[in-house]
Amino acid sequence: MAVVDGDLVLAERSTDDTMRHAEVIGEMIAGVLEESGVAASGIDAVVTGLGPGPFTGLRVGIAAARAFAWGIGRPLIPMVSHDAVALDEWSAGLRGPLLVVTDARRREVYWSSYDLDEEGIARSDGPALCKPDEVPYPEFERIDATQVSAGALGRLATLRGGAAAVPEFTEPLYLRSPDVTVPGARKRVTP
Amino acid sequence: MTDGPVVLGIETSCDETGIGIVRGSTLLANVIASSMDEHARYGGVVPEVAARAHLEALTPTLDAALAEAGLTIGEIDAIAVTSGPGLAGALMVGVGAAKALSIATGTPLYAVNHLVGHVGADVLAAESLEYPTIALLVSGGHTSLLLVRDLTGDVELLGETIDDAAGEAFDKVARVLGLPYPGGPQIDRAAIGGDPKAIHFPRGLMQAKDAEKHRYDFSFSGLKTAVARWVERAGDAGEQIPVADVAASFREAVVDVLLTKAFRACADFGIPRLLLGGGVVANARVREVAAERAAAQGVTLRIPPLSLCTDNGAMIAALGAQLIAAGHGPSGLGFGADSTLPVTEIQVDRATYYDLDD
Ligand SMILES: [Zn+2]
Repeated sequence: MAVVDGDLVLAERSTDDTMRHAEVIGEMIAGVLEESGVAASGIDAVVTGLGPGPFTGLRVGIAAARAFAWGIGRPLIPMVSHDAVALDEWSAGLRGPLLVVTDARRREVYWSSYDLDEEGIARSDGPALCKPDEVPYPEFERIDATQVSAGALGRLATLRGGAAAVPEFTEPLYLRSPDVTVPGARKRVTP
Repeated sequence: MTDGPVVLGIETSCDETGIGIVRGSTLLANVIASSMDEHARYGGVVPEVAARAHLEALTPTLDAALAEAGLTIGEIDAIAVTSGPGLAGALMVGVGAAKALSIATGTPLYAVNHLVGHVGADVLAAESLEYPTIALLVSGGHTSLLLVRDLTGDVELLGETIDDAAGEAFDKVARVLGLPYPGGPQIDRAAIGGDPKAIHFPRGLMQAKDAEKHRYDFSFSGLKTAVARWVERAGDAGEQIPVADVAASFREAVVDVLLTKAFRACADFGIPRLLLGGGVVANARVREVAAERAAAQGVTLRIPPLSLCTDNGAMIAALGAQLIAAGHGPSGLGFGADSTLPVTEIQVDRATYYDLDD
């Protein structure tokens, strides 16, 4: 969670707690607003990472972002979360091909590949889901990220033209179907 | 038009995204987006499918509710949201959205109990509900019998299902009879012309030995199995299945247990008032038998309109408005989704500093 003004991150908070998304999200929003000294009505747009990421937490974040944007009557800018990781690497001086990998649980990972040059970052492939030993582009510089910086997400949205840019995706990047099976024939209760 | 705060209610505990708006005890909007059709091919609510659908429906439903009420977001005085009980992942969508919306608009937030919300729906009806009252709440997700002494301050759980919810039993028996999901309306239709006394199916937790420990509890798992066994036996014997009789007899067993226990509570506690809520109230036979027994026992029966009986946001908003009227302060920002929230917790995470001047 972050409040960003142009390329400047005014306040940023994050948590490692992957079990309590619904509990912590309100205090995080209120916290970064207070720390940045920006009122809710002073926010021009809301940037949200669409993932890829595990469902429950991802959904709480997007729900809060959509509701906040709706509440202040300002645009929502949806972004691919891995792009923020790539931007952080770019800002740290990395150039060349990059592979961003994050945990997808159930012994799978999400990945996206990028080209980092003097101009900035460009996603070349992904986001996608695969088994850890099937991750492509082994020759690329690889970053296994455990956190996505909300500040970087906000900076990137500004770099890409803010709300004027046409979003690449608008729905959550679950990349996995719900875990259900269509029931077969009913089982008998008598032998 | 009554006075009172304009409250927006958000309900996402199961498969309906409900947004409602009330002013005091006046209903201004009640918009529901249901993901029921998406669950039909799985024969029951799939939590992940429901949670995904809530997120998709969220802002369109908010827009529709404001439009229906003829209000702008700036005219909302408070927000109420279901904190539980319900499906955790589904609840979290509503909780996350409600917190963000509360901060975005600078309006107080009330985290409330879904089951008590079902009782709260009745305040939107024409004349006001008297307390104490017994409340029977029956749906695909819950089967609960409550003693409500005070909507905003004193709700007691008398009993609940120890296995399947009544609505689930309808779904499962519909499947036994080869009927589609959801089972409630299908069984109701199939039972037309059937004899409710044709087959005597077992009544769960109704024997003398259950009168103490499970006096107000329900069990529908044995009934469901008994119906399946009966249908299989008839099929094995090469008999034509009398679907109307099976459906009518099964439904009669469910209705009988539900209402016997509800009216027993009215008698035990000397409370001549019974409120019905939850989607199963849509069942014609439930309403019919309830009306008969209420008349015979001198009990005043309350059944809110069906659109307020099934899960909806208006009942959550109505409960929020009642909490405000009772002088409750808002909830903090730290509450979560509690899938097993007890009915005694009418409001969750109520700011403690408000308690001082009660
Ligand atoms: Zn319900």
